[in-house]
Amino acid sequence: MSVDTSVEPILSGRGLTKRYGRVTAMDACDFDLYPGEILAVIGDNGAGKSTLIKALSGAVRPDEGEIRLDGKPMSYANPLEAREHGIETVYQTLALSPALSIVDNMFLGREIRAEGFAGKYLRKLDKAAMRRFAREKLSELGLMTIQNIDQAVETLSGGQRQGVAVARACAFGSKVVILDEPTAALGVKESRRVLDLILDVKKRGLPIVLISHNMPHVFEVADRIHVHRLGKRKAVVDPKKHTMSDAVAMMTGAMEAPPEERTDN
Amino acid sequence: MSDANSDDYEKAIHSGGDVASFEERHRAPLERLHNFLHSYPTAAPLMVLAASLVVFGAIADNFFTPFNFSLIIQQVTVIGVLGIAQTLIILTAGIDLSVAAIMVLSSVVMGRLGVTMGLPTGLAILAGFAVGTACGALNGFLVTRFKLPPFIVTLGTWSVFFALNLWYSDAQTVRSQDIDATAPLLKFFGERVGIMGAQFTYGSFLMLGLFGVFWYVLNWTAWGRAVYAIGDDKEAAELAGIRTDRILLSVYAVGGFVCAVAAWIAIGRLGSISPQSFYEGNLDAITAVVIGGTSLFGGRGAIFGTLIGAITVGVFRSGLKLAGVEVLWQEFTVGVLIIVAVAMDQWIRKVSS
Ligand SMILES: Nc1ncnc2c1ncn2[C@@H]1O[C@H](COP(=O)(O)OP(=O)(O)OP(=O)(O)O)[C@@H](O)[C@H]1O
Ligand SMILES: [Mg+2]
Repeated sequence: MSVDTSVEPILSGRGLTKRYGRVTAMDACDFDLYPGEILAVIGDNGAGKSTLIKALSGAVRPDEGEIRLDGKPMSYANPLEAREHGIETVYQTLALSPALSIVDNMFLGREIRAEGFAGKYLRKLDKAAMRRFAREKLSELGLMTIQNIDQAVETLSGGQRQGVAVARACAFGSKVVILDEPTAALGVKESRRVLDLILDVKKRGLPIVLISHNMPHVFEVADRIHVHRLGKRKAVVDPKKHTMSDAVAMMTGAMEAPPEERTDN
Repeated sequence: MSDANSDDYEKAIHSGGDVASFEERHRAPLERLHNFLHSYPTAAPLMVLAASLVVFGAIADNFFTPFNFSLIIQQVTVIGVLGIAQTLIILTAGIDLSVAAIMVLSSVVMGRLGVTMGLPTGLAILAGFAVGTACGALNGFLVTRFKLPPFIVTLGTWSVFFALNLWYSDAQTVRSQDIDATAPLLKFFGERVGIMGAQFTYGSFLMLGLFGVFWYVLNWTAWGRAVYAIGDDKEAAELAGIRTDRILLSVYAVGGFVCAVAAWIAIGRLGSISPQSFYEGNLDAITAVVIGGTSLFGGRGAIFGTLIGAITVGVFRSGLKLAGVEVLWQEFTVGVLIIVAVAMDQWIRKVSS
C-alpha cells in the first residue's frame, strides 16, 4: 500500500452515530483519511456515505462520536467552520444557488472585497478579481465552453453544474477535499477531466475523499477503499489486492473482506 | 454505473439533442423573450409601466404634467419605502405582513415621545427607529429560532403590533398643529420643493436615495449576495458556508428599520400621526414588490423593480381617476395587475433547458 498508515490521520472519526427518527444513518462508524491519499468510499444506496461525509464537513451534527482533524478533536457548528479549517466539500446535491451566477456561486460566503475605502467601509466586492479567478479555475477544468461567467447556474447543464461545484472545492480546499459522487452527472470526457483534476489536487499534497459508485473510477484513482455498509465502515481494502467484483461483493455483503482489512469488530 | 452505461447515456443525450435543437429553432423568438425576461427581472415591469404611461397619457387629460407626475411620486413614497423592506424579505423567500404595522407603531412612538411627552425630537426619532428595528428583529427571531413560517409569524405580529400601537397611543391621533408646535422636525420629509412646476417632497428624495442604497447593498456586498442565495435555496446556501439564520435575522431587522424610516416619512406625508393610518399598507407593499417582478418564491428580483411596481400602481390609480373611473375599478385593475404579475413570474421562472 502506498499510503503510510503509521502516521496520524489528517481527518478521522470514531464511533460516529446519526439517527433520523427510527433510521440509523450512521451506526458507530469509524473513518480515517491519511496525508496525501485518495480514499474512495463505496457503498450501496442508502448505506450512509453522504451522512458520513456531511458529519466530516460540518453539515450534520453526529449524535455521538468524535471527529479529529490533525489529531485535534473538532466539533463544527456549521459547514463554514469546517471550511475555515480547510475542509472543502462537493455535496451530492452540489449546494449551488441556481439563480446566482457562476462567479457568485464559486465565491459564496467567501467573497473578495475591493481594496481601499470602498472595500473597507462600504464592503464593496471586487467583482473583477472574482471573475478572473473563477475563469481561471474553470479553464483548468476545461469547462470554458461556458461562454459567460456571469450566467446563472440554472442555465447550465447538469454536468457543467457539477464542474462548477468541483472547481469551487478544488480551488479553495487547503487541507482536505471531499467529493460526493462528483462524476455522477458527467459524460465520459468530463468525468475524465474531473479524475485528472482529482489527481492534480493529490499532487498538490491534499488528501481527497471520493465517494463514487463507479468502480473503474474508484480503482483508477484510489489508494485505499473504505467499504461502507449499513451505516458502518466494514473494511478498508487495497485496490491492488482486489478486483472490482470483489469490492462490489464486499459492499453488498455477499463477501467478507479478509480479516486483516476488516474494521468492524 | 459502468462505463458502458455512461456511453449509452451519452449517446441518448446526443441523439436527443438533435430533436431538441430542431424544435428550438421553431420557437426561438418566444424562447429568446423568455431568456431575456429571465436575465432582466425588471424588464417586464418596466414595459408595463411604459405601456400604462402611454395609455393614460392618451386617455386622461392633464396626465402628462410634471405636477401630476410629482403627485404620483408623492403618493407612492411611503409604500415605496415599505416596499424596500418587503423586497428584502421576499427575496429570502419570506414575507412580512407586518411592515405597515411596524411603521405605524414607530410613528406613534415618535409622536408620543416627541410631541405628547415633549422629549427632544431627535431622541424621539431614534426611539422610533429602535422600536421598528426591534419589531423586525422579533419577526426574524421567531422565523429563525422556532422555524415558523414567515407568513404565520408576521400575520401574528401584525395583530400584535397593531394592538400595541392602539394601546400606546390610547387610540388618539397626534394633531398636525401639535406637531408643528413641539416637534416640526417630524414633518421634515413632508416639506416640498418645486422643480419646474413639479412638487417633490424631501421624502421622495429619501425614498429614491434608499432605493439606491439597497441596490448597492444587494448587488455589491456579500450580504446582498447571501440574501439572494438564501431565497434561492436555503439549504444550499448553508452548505456553501453562509450562516443563513444570522443573515435572515438581520434581513428582518433591517426591514424593521426601513419601516421606521418610512414612519418618519409617513408623518410628513399625513401631517398627523394616526394609529389607524395605513391599515392596508402591508398589502400595498407586497403589491408593489410583486408587480415589480420579484418572485414570491425568493431569490429572484431586483430592488428597482419595486420602485417601478409602486409607481405603476400610482400611475394606474392616477390615470384611472383622471379618466373619471370610479375608485372601485381602480382596485379592480390593481388586483388584475397582481395576478398578471404573478402569472408572468411563474412563466419566467421556468427555465428553458
Ligand atoms: N435528512 C435526513 N432525514 C431523514 N433520513 C435521512 C436524512 N439523510 C439521510 N437519511 C437516511 O439515512 C440513510 C443514509 O443516507 P445517505 O444519504 O447517507 O446514503 P448514501 O450512502 O449517501 O446513499 P446514495 O448512494 O444513494 O447517495 C438513508 O436511509 C436515508 O434515508
Ligand atoms: Mg449519497
